[in-house]
This record gives sequence, C-alpha cells and structure tokens, in this order.
Amino acid sequence: MRVMAQMSMIMNLDKCIGCHTCSVTCKQVWTNRTGVEYVWFNNVETKPGVGYPRRYEDQEKWKGGWIRNKRGRLKLRSGGRLKRLATIFNNPDLPVIDDYYEPWTYDYDMLTTAPLSTESPVARPKSLLTGKNMDIKWSGNWDDDLGGSQETAADDPILATMSEHVKMEFENTFMFYLPRICEHCLNPACVAACPSGAMYKREEDGIVLVDEDGCRGWRMCVSACPYKKVYFNHKTGKAEKCTLCYPLIEQGKPTICSETCVGRLRYLGLMLYDADAVLAAASIENDQDLLEAQRGVFLDPFDPAVIAAAKAGGIEDDWILAAQNSPIYKLISEYKVALPLHPEYRTMPMVWYIPPLSPVVDVISTTNNDGEDARTLFAAIDKLRIPVEYLAGLFSAGDVVPVESSLRKLAAMRSYMRDINLGLDRDESIPAAVGMTGVEIEAMYRLLAIAKYEDRYVIPKAHVETARELENLACSLDTDGGPGMGGPATAAGPYGKTPGMPLNATVDNYNEMVGKGGERTKPTTPGRVNLLNWTGGGVPEGMFPPKATGSPA
Amino acid sequence: MNPLDFLLWVAFPYAAMAVFVVGHLLRYRHDQFGWTSRSSQTYENRLLRWGSPMFHYGILMVLGGHIVGLLVPKEWLEFFGVTEEIYHVGATSLGSVAAALTLAGLAILIYRRRLNTRVLLATTVMDKIMYLLLGATLLFGTVATVLFQVFGAGYDYRGSISPWVRGLLSAQPDPALMSDVPLFFQLHVLSATLLFLLWPFTRLVHVFSAPLAYFVRPYIVYRSRDGHRGSGSRKARRGWEKSELPASARDREATRR
Repeated sequence: MRVMAQMSMIMNLDKCIGCHTCSVTCKQVWTNRTGVEYVWFNNVETKPGVGYPRRYEDQEKWKGGWIRNKRGRLKLRSGGRLKRLATIFNNPDLPVIDDYYEPWTYDYDMLTTAPLSTESPVARPKSLLTGKNMDIKWSGNWDDDLGGSQETAADDPILATMSEHVKMEFENTFMFYLPRICEHCLNPACVAACPSGAMYKREEDGIVLVDEDGCRGWRMCVSACPYKKVYFNHKTGKAEKCTLCYPLIEQGKPTICSETCVGRLRYLGLMLYDADAVLAAASIENDQDLLEAQRGVFLDPFDPAVIAAAKAGGIEDDWILAAQNSPIYKLISEYKVALPLHPEYRTMPMVWYIPPLSPVVDVISTTNNDGEDARTLFAAIDKLRIPVEYLAGLFSAGDVVPVESSLRKLAAMRSYMRDINLGLDRDESIPAAVGMTGVEIEAMYRLLAIAKYEDRYVIPKAHVETARELENLACSLDTDGGPGMGGPATAAGPYGKTPGMPLNATVDNYNEMVGKGGERTKPTTPGRVNLLNWTGGGVPEGMFPPKATGSPA
Repeated sequence: MNPLDFLLWVAFPYAAMAVFVVGHLLRYRHDQFGWTSRSSQTYENRLLRWGSPMFHYGILMVLGGHIVGLLVPKEWLEFFGVTEEIYHVGATSLGSVAAALTLAGLAILIYRRRLNTRVLLATTVMDKIMYLLLGATLLFGTVATVLFQVFGAGYDYRGSISPWVRGLLSAQPDPALMSDVPLFFQLHVLSATLLFLLWPFTRLVHVFSAPLAYFVRPYIVYRSRDGHRGSGSRKARRGWEKSELPASARDREATRR
C-alpha cells in the first residue's frame, strides 16, 4: 500500500444556477491573456448540450482517455508510444481552435470616434486571431440554457447513445448545469501522453500541472485528455491547464472558482488513496464497475493501518486530520451521493458531482403533486427514465443504479428535513428507505444545505518548512504570456500585453500582498485599462502607471 | 591558399559551428520557456495534416542520406561491397524521393503560412528568414542533384565534399577540396552553413527535443512540490525574473500603508 493524498473537488449540481461566476473569476485570474483568449479552465455547460469544445465527449472522434485492450491491459485510446511519436509531426486527434471558438473583441473605438452621421455607430466584432471582421457563430457556451438546442442538442454525444425514446421536445425537456474544471485524475491520460514528460502529478496533493519550461508544444496532452481540459496557448506554443489554484490551495484557501461560487456548491478536501491500486482499478473489465473500483482505491483515513502507512509515506499529521475531516470523503465514501464524471474514460477523475434532483422535482411540481414528498419523489425517480438515464450516461457509464441511489438519498433528505422544519414528527421510515439513519441524513443536510464555509473547504496548508528556499521561488508562471502576467515588459503581442498585479505564487510572500491591517492591497494601477479588449490601436490613458515625478500620491 | 577559399570553407563553417554549439547551450540554459516547436496546428489543420508529415519524414530521410554520404568514408562502404555505381543509383533514387517529399511538404507549409491569415500573423521575422534559408538550401541541393546526378554524368561528391566535411569535424580543414566543386553544390553548402549559424535562434531548436525518452519512461510522472526546478537561490532564467512593482506604484503602496 502506497498512501497518497489527493486534493479533490465535489460539485453539488442541484445548487448550480448556471451564473458562470466561477468561469468569469477563473478567467480573470488565469486566462486573461493573449494566446489563451479561447481558454476556459473552468466552464459551465448546459446539459443536454454539446459542451466545450464541441462534442468533446465523443471519444470515437477525439480518442481521449484510456481503453482496456484485449489482453486486459490499459492503453491510451489514441495509441501507444510508437504511434504517438510516429504522429508527432501532426497530431491526428487535435481539436482546432474552431472546435472551441474563434476568440473575438469588438471595435469599441468606433463608438466614440465615429464621425457624426444619421446612423448610430456600431462596434463590429473583430477576430482576435486575424484582426478581421467576423461573424460570431459559436462560443464557449453558445447553447447556454438550451439556447438554440433545437439545432444542436441532437449532437450531444450522451444523448445520442441513449435509447430511441429520448426525444428532444422543447416543451418536455429537462436541463441542468455542469461546471467543469480539470479532473486532476489519479490516472491522468494527459500526463501519460506527454512525450516530453513535462506534465506531472504532484506527489503532495495530486494536482496535475504542466512544467512550462519542459513543455515542447507537442500537443499530445490536449488530445489525450478526454475532458479536453488541457489547452494549447497559441502564443507561447505551450500547454496550459487548470492548476486547481495551487498557490491558494498551498495557503489553505479554496480555489477562485470555489471561493466565488454564489451557489456555494463546491467542496474541497483531501482523499487518501492507494497509488499502487490505481492501475488495477482502472483496468477493470466492465465500464460500469469502474465507479465501484475507484471507490475501492480510496482509503479510510480513520483506519489505523492507513494512518500508519500514510505517516510512513511522509504524510504529516495535519494532513491526515484534514483527510478525516474531508467533506469529499464524506460525500464519496460515507454518504455515497457523489459520482465521478465519465468514469468510463478510465482516468480515475477526482472532481466528482452530486447529481441534480431538480429535473425530477420540476416535473412533479408541474403536475401539481407535492415535489417534496418522499413517496412521490421515489416514484418519480423510478418513473422519469430520461433524466436518470442521461445522468447515468454522465456519471456512471450508463448504470442507472448509482444515480438512482444518489437521487433517492437527496429526495429522502429533502422530505425528512421538511418534516423537521415544519415541526412534524420525524418519519424514520424515510432514511431507512435509502439505507441511512436520521442522524446521518441530518449531518448530510448540514453539509449539503447549510454548507458552512469551513465545512465545505477543509484544506491543509502546504508544509513550507520542508521547502527551505521557497521564498526565492520566482513564480514559474510569471512570464511574458504566462499566467502570472507579471512578466518583464518585453514586446507586446499583436493585441497587447495584459497587465496585472504582480503575483508571486508563494506561501510566504502572500503576506506581503496583504496590508498591515489585514486589508488586501489594491491593484497597483487603479483605473487601468482592460487590455483584454484592447485592439492594439494607440496607447489609451491608464495603460501604463503614472510617471514617478509629479504623480498624485 | 586562396583567402576567399579559406574564408568560405574554413572560417565560415567553423564560425557557424561555434555559434551553433554555443548558441544552443546558451539558449537551453536561459530560454527553456521559448524552447518549443510553436505549432500552428490549432489555427489550421487541413493543409498541415499533409504538409507537416511530408516535410518532416522527407527531411529525416534527407538527414539519413547526408549522414551516409558525408560522414561514412567511401572506402568503408566499398569494403561492404557498396561500389560507386550501386551507391550512386541508391543515393540518387532514394534522394530524389526524399527531396520530392520534402519540397512538396515545404511548399504546402509555405503556401499555408502565407495564405492563412491566422498562421501568417503568428509568423515572426526569424521564421521568415529561416524558411528562406531552409528553402534555398533544399532547392540548391535538389538542383545540384538533378543537374549532376539525374541528368548529368554523376558528380562524385564523396571525393571532395565528404572529405572536406570530415576534415572540418576532425580539425584538419582542407579548403582546397571545395574550390573545384560545382557551383550548385557550393551554394547548397554555403546556405546550409548559414542555416546552421542561425539555427539556435530559430524554432528549429525543437529538433533537439525529439522526445526519445518517451519510449522508456513510466506513463504517470510524479514530481514533488519541493523539487521544483525553479526553487532555490539560483538566478532566474531569462523570462522568469521576479517582477518588480514600478517605482511609482511602490511609493504609493508605501504611503497607503
């Protein structure tokens, strides 16, 4: 047994209102730069829908993830080592930028500088790749809220695999939102596909990162990731991906997407797992057994044998404590309400989801039945095959049993807690019907519905004392075109260089960024221009900080 | 010794070799972040799908041919029974295939780079110079082969150019070997030398990152956070310097506190 710790996330889809705040704040922090205009480390998809990039779930086409070959061994779907190097001159499975979308800006300048005329001036969309006028035909969430999905929903790869009785009739349809980040898999296909060995999984917390110095731009990670969560920076020619905001995580703080989530639906915490068991679990024969196999890889942080092995493996006491308090462990292993996204890709993803009960509740409510009554809900879960089968296509390789079980627990919680809140007698038959006790249901309710900040985020700090010289660490992303954005002021790209507060991602100098009274320092250039939308014409005021002489203090 | 010969066939090649070696070492040490093939596949793939493999496989064949033709002494091959005649037929036929593949691939790539606006805008000045030199070298080499080897009587470069190359490499340069070589071969050599001179400063550095270690490494790579290569007190590499607040902003921060 080789015990390793994995920082993991769970999203409670029932609470997601599709506001895209996570996507926007993530973009402002990480991909607000030339070269990654089209990149969303965090995106929110409406399901059913084609996703971002378009149809990324269609592995027949993109060849992402792993498959089990005839001899029972795991291999990358895109081919073995020899094939990878033979196709290195042109990656046959790489999505082009149009599969995401062509990034654009608007000719805002026209609005203020157009000569006097009878017509109002119009800010035309301009491609950020060519600078030419363009027609906007697609973007990161073009089918948001099922917009236009009469046209596109039929392309949803999950919908296509479902049986014929599924019709996308607009008035009878259901929908929910699926926020996605990098899965920080236990068996990452992107890492396995990187010819340069520049991608790695961090031993301490399992975060999957790209070594920007070691990356040679072969793009194999982009196509090998079945979730298409590794992106190609077309300016620097290097791969970039969600970092799970490791500079924040190392300080014991939640990621930007979690911190700013208005629905408070994200959970962060550790999972202990047996690294030696991962390969065997990922190679199990039947796709539908993968969920149980992955649950089997996780270790019980209360088990004395696990604790001893973890300590022997160098995991500190506070980390073991954090693993014991982890909301992730509770939701995955104790309550078993969280499910992985597409376990059939065999990458052992570590961002799990609590499936949404709301499509079911909505249907009941429209029929004037009591949408919070346990019996009605249980019956509806059994009866409403379409949402359940669709959810099973996402979270359990098509097996409806785990999805049903999870939904029934959520329904039981809803109805049991309603009785308590209305001052009625506790109906202990409800928790019993889903194999739980009333105490467990209440604890789950505290975690899912009350969802206190300290319950959602149980993040142990990184051990700086072992990183002797961390204070000298220059931020490895802090370079021209790099996500740190504070790189040297070298020549700007064709669309300008994006400025920002210089951020050195270390635990120690975080305190320098915070004022003495604990208040955050303001951006160094208040009133600065948002260069994301700057087309490169002229030097607008506020682009550079004021000169030292005669500047207002 | 003719001073021009010395300049062209001794001084210039050695200068190029020195720049090639030192340039690569310095760039590898100081510009890891810039060390990439800078693929444009995400912009356009329809033409690249054909052009890139044709060019790359072609140029690898060309490289193999040059190693055999320039570095392996004639006598060694003859010892193994490869006579001048067999060598000539083999080299010319294989070389023609390789040249056709490479040139056709390069033509597709240059056409794409010129006419696709996305790709064109991502092209640097150095890229253009590199394309010019690469194209010129390939063209001179092909013209020389066609003129002398395919339609001509056959020029035995293994009696002149090859010993000259080996002389350069073994520090016993003999410029006289090159002075009577046909013009197109000379032009080919000179333009190739210039290309080698500029090599470390172009995207061609990606040749030296051919990821052969991929065959032997385990699939899943783990690295420790503490073992980060950027940590420690070593001076930051180019492009990785710690950023400083502008002086004025620093002053304002100080007053605000």
